[in-house]
Amino acid sequence: MPDLLLKGKAIKLGDYISTDDIIPGRFAYLRSNLPELAKHILEDAVPGFTLKVKSGDFLVAGKNFGLGSSREHAPVVIKMSGIGAILTKSAARIFFRNAINQGLPVLLCDTEKIGDGDELEINLTVGLIKNLTSGIKLSCSKMPPIMSAILKEGGLIPYIQRHQDFKL
Amino acid sequence: MNVGKTLAEKILSLKSRGEAEAGDVVIADVDLAFVQDTTGPLTIRQFKESSFKVLSKPQQTIIFLDHAAPSPAQQLSNDHVLLRRFAQETGCVIYEVGDGICHQLMAEDFANPGDVIVGSDSHTITAGALGAFATGMGSSDIAVALALGKTWFRVPESFLIELNGIFPRGVYAKDLILYLIGRIGADGATYKALEFGGEALAQMTMSQRLTIANMAVEAGAKVGLFPGDKITQDFLTEHGRGDNYQPLYPDAEANYEQVIRVNLDKLEPMLSFPHAVDNVHPVSRVKGTKIQQAFIGTCTNGRLEDLAVAAEILKGKKRHSGTRLLIGPASRQVLIQAMEKGYIQSLVKAGAIILPPGCAACLGLHQGVLGDGEVCLSTANRNFKGRMGNPEAMIYLASPATAAASAIMGEITDPREFV
Repeated sequence: MPDLLLKGKAIKLGDYISTDDIIPGRFAYLRSNLPELAKHILEDAVPGFTLKVKSGDFLVAGKNFGLGSSREHAPVVIKMSGIGAILTKSAARIFFRNAINQGLPVLLCDTEKIGDGDELEINLTVGLIKNLTSGIKLSCSKMPPIMSAILKEGGLIPYIQRHQDFKL
Repeated sequence: MNVGKTLAEKILSLKSRGEAEAGDVVIADVDLAFVQDTTGPLTIRQFKESSFKVLSKPQQTIIFLDHAAPSPAQQLSNDHVLLRRFAQETGCVIYEVGDGICHQLMAEDFANPGDVIVGSDSHTITAGALGAFATGMGSSDIAVALALGKTWFRVPESFLIELNGIFPRGVYAKDLILYLIGRIGADGATYKALEFGGEALAQMTMSQRLTIANMAVEAGAKVGLFPGDKITQDFLTEHGRGDNYQPLYPDAEANYEQVIRVNLDKLEPMLSFPHAVDNVHPVSRVKGTKIQQAFIGTCTNGRLEDLAVAAEILKGKKRHSGTRLLIGPASRQVLIQAMEKGYIQSLVKAGAIILPPGCAACLGLHQGVLGDGEVCLSTANRNFKGRMGNPEAMIYLASPATAAASAIMGEITDPREFV
């Protein structure tokens, strides 16, 4: 099988982007209407985000991305906005698991080496990021095999539909 | 292999029927799984999308209608309809609007030492106070746990938090956990278990333990675990399930990644500053900041002991004319007991508004949304920008005593002036 490659532009964010930043709790009344909910993604933290984001872009964050609530709506709206992967120095554990369960790759790496607007090429198979703008290559830390398997199937629900159980 | 096991390793060994050691990935039986009304609808849709039809353990599956209770919007009312219908179809347990907050009800009615509990809410971790390996997950994970009765875990490394001494006057469990989060940082314990031990535990009530376990997630932790001891046994007996008690202690030779020692004698009232829970400073440093709202309640501090502290401070006094005072009892049981003991009478006479048992003003959906530029002193567990419904507002976190004293003065006040 050929290596799984993603290509896109970096949208740089800061440290400690919480789930309340990603999708504020005050919009909980829209959680059963995901297309409407998605319009409010990052609205307080990154004004104009929905105008800026293009399909295939990457979110590039700092420390502890996704801290806070267990709302899986956070990775759901990120995926709906067209984001292809999240690159971050570290991620909060519930968010990390939720994103993988939605089939949204989260790669832990040194994001200092990536600037806003940089063109990136990500090899998901080997966990390598090529910054096409600066020429720098970055490696990402490995996730447990069960998470890679879930991500490969496109998320937890497709994984369970296929295997009917967890396979270690 | 390690000689001794931490609490996390002990529980996960038992529930995976193997030898679970920190760093291992295990598949563990789930004893109790629950959803609440803002994450439940997505969980149910995912359950149905996966072509699951039946719950693995209907009597150990619980739906709580607590976040929008009562519902302020038709969309949320329709989510409630969906959840009630699912409960009817599957035979799971449902707690209605007004019964209380999921985490409080898990403690009152379900959690036992050694249980594995998963809930689609990050503060599921609260039940660690009873010695349960309890952790929050998203909707997909819960949907699968409901169907299969199991889930996968990476066995966490543990930090031992060794507590000695006794709380000085005016200092409470909330001040301790805020202090700890300030010391560890919001991501200092990511993927880890916080395990509480030390001589101070012998004096530490279940109410205090619940406050502490509740906020372990604010340091990034997967679980916040207390041993199952005499206090756990008494709590379970009081709640009609003394037979479920089993002693639960870590092995003496258990391996900890870090040991953090805290002498409670040295603590003082603490505050989390906007907009980060780990932005912690002593109250004494910022006395005098004006507040427009004080909120005493939530899964962190809406229990009977918390209302007792607030009522004692507010009895015979009045809230400041510029400060609204909101009280959110954590459950119907808490509200009934607080009425019987006269706390509600004292609080209402002091100018408080009593909200229905539930999450109330905590997450910005209803019942106390802040205005632009307003400051709230809250006993909740999060003060992220926008948390209480308005990104232009400021939220400080503190103990019920600090909130009560500040409500009287209309500004951030050291509660030691009042107790």
